[in-house]
Amino acid sequence: MYKMGWTTVESVLKPGRYFLQGNEACAEGAIAAGCNYYGGYPITPSSEIMERICERFAGLGGRCVFKQMEDEIASIASCIGASWAGAKAMTATSGPGLSLMIENIGYAIMTETPVVIVDVQRAGPSTGQATRPAQGDVMQVRWGPHGDHQIIALSPWSVQEMYDQTIRAFNLAERFRVPVFLLGEEAVAHLRENVDVPTETRIYNRLRPQDGEPPFGLAKVPPMPAFGQGHKVLVTGSTHDEWGYRRTSSAQAQEKLVTRLSTKVTDHLDEIIEVEEHFCDGDELDILVVAFGFTARSAWRAVKAVRQEGTRAGLLRLKTIWPFPEEAVRQLTLRSRAVLVPEMNRGQVLREVQRVASQAQGYNKTDGEVIVPEEIRQAVQEARS
Amino acid sequence: MKPSIKTQGLTESILSFVRPEVFPTPFCPGCGHGVLLGAILRAIADLGWEMDEMLFVSGIGCAAWIPSPHFAADTLHVTHGRAVVFATGAKLFNPALKVVVIGGDGDLASIGGNHLIHAARRNLDLTAICANNRIYGMTGGQVTPTTPPGIRTATTPQGNTEPPFDLCRLVAGAGASYVARYSTYHIRPLIRSLKRALTHEGFAFVEVLSPCPTQYGRRNKLPQPEEMLRLMKEECVNLQRAEGMSKEELEGKTLIGEFVS
Repeated sequence: MYKMGWTTVESVLKPGRYFLQGNEACAEGAIAAGCNYYGGYPITPSSEIMERICERFAGLGGRCVFKQMEDEIASIASCIGASWAGAKAMTATSGPGLSLMIENIGYAIMTETPVVIVDVQRAGPSTGQATRPAQGDVMQVRWGPHGDHQIIALSPWSVQEMYDQTIRAFNLAERFRVPVFLLGEEAVAHLRENVDVPTETRIYNRLRPQDGEPPFGLAKVPPMPAFGQGHKVLVTGSTHDEWGYRRTSSAQAQEKLVTRLSTKVTDHLDEIIEVEEHFCDGDELDILVVAFGFTARSAWRAVKAVRQEGTRAGLLRLKTIWPFPEEAVRQLTLRSRAVLVPEMNRGQVLREVQRVASQAQGYNKTDGEVIVPEEIRQAVQEARS
Repeated sequence: MKPSIKTQGLTESILSFVRPEVFPTPFCPGCGHGVLLGAILRAIADLGWEMDEMLFVSGIGCAAWIPSPHFAADTLHVTHGRAVVFATGAKLFNPALKVVVIGGDGDLASIGGNHLIHAARRNLDLTAICANNRIYGMTGGQVTPTTPPGIRTATTPQGNTEPPFDLCRLVAGAGASYVARYSTYHIRPLIRSLKRALTHEGFAFVEVLSPCPTQYGRRNKLPQPEEMLRLMKEECVNLQRAEGMSKEELEGKTLIGEFVS
């Protein structure tokens, strides 16, 4: 019996504490969220996700399909096909594979197909350093596909969040009919930590159309039919009207569709955006550190250290990167004298922060090593002087 | 439903398989794709199948428009070259779907060539129909991997210098368990073959030679559709008949029939 919308289900794993690798936790989170299709292609440093799914799907009851495809283009395409057949689909990859997937991710955006894409970031560009962490794909996940659009990207900082945020990625994909990225790094993917699995899991299942509801219109997030149920669905990556008929020379149809593809996300920022404030109490901060992913772990340690030295420092951790948590950044930076954005790239999130806080400075590192707390501590002191 | 002037040529039995409001088709005068559209629907009608149990997946190009939006079924009109792998995901997750991929030679054999051979190797229960007009029609008549040597296209103004793929041998070599070739001239054996392909369990591939007078014909002194059709008929030699022919006699001929069944 299909249950639409929010529902609470028993966790698939027995509740309790597990010692897992980040990639394993991601696979378990997917299963907890109801993932039942995985199409993938091997790539370091994400392959353990595929291997864990392959092993676990085999032992699960019900309809669960794992397929290793011939390349990443095929992986994401098979996920989108499965999603329209009714699946909760996921694939995982890293930079070079993500580059191959981009066109079909644009297709998923245009056809409003729920799909989860895990990008375990490694040092690029190109083949780069396959086993080394980086945060250089922030802009690629946002702007990879051509044309105007919105996607959602989440940034886990722990193995626990590789589990929790994978569940959240599925829920957001189902809720908003949009591709959702889990943007991890090699460091968090290969880290081993405890993961607590609760008794129950909150999941969201996509809405199904009632009589006469079009699959691509009227509602901000329209209900989504599945193939094989007599809906005679027309799905196309071309500009289309609310019933899926191609409208490739209508200015009105193009404007209406492209606008809705964005506003269905941007009208629900409260539901999508999650940030975490650490040590941000008090009226004014000497310095605010804005960080995400693995780097936020080091930032947390560094902020704690400089506070012990008497600096009023705070940390804003971005759990959601896209859509960008502009309002949260604005509120905190307004009462911060200095702002520091440490990241394992040449300043991708920094520019977003600077849009609302021109005083922001970056600490950037692209040598394939994680940023350690001492580096951020020093950067904080320099930014203050 | 009474056939309107727009859907003339489609008999009562298959009128319910189409969305009449989208007719006439966008295909040029003399294009073979409309004939193939009718042949596919007649094969489905002959089998007594319902459109509600079918999924048609197509990529980009003229042939991709055969099912989308004409067919009153679930249709997935995807990115260029990727129809086979979108279809793979849908079929794997819901094996009850009868999944048919329809694409042109550029779509299935050029940009999508890797997916085609892997689908054949995998031998998943899909039917792929390649409307081979040996040219990129929609983008203005450029050379494809099936364009014969010497043929003038927008990107081979002096004549094509590359040898073409024999798609049936390619797909058969990759492991497909049903492989056949016909043309839009050979309509009755084509419908018979499509029925066998649709009911075949495993990867079935049917190549259908389809004339393109607009892009291929005009550049090669064949602007008249009936002339292209006549030449296509003369070019095609049935497999059985070819057995008794010499190498010289078979020069420039294209074999039709069932290569793997």
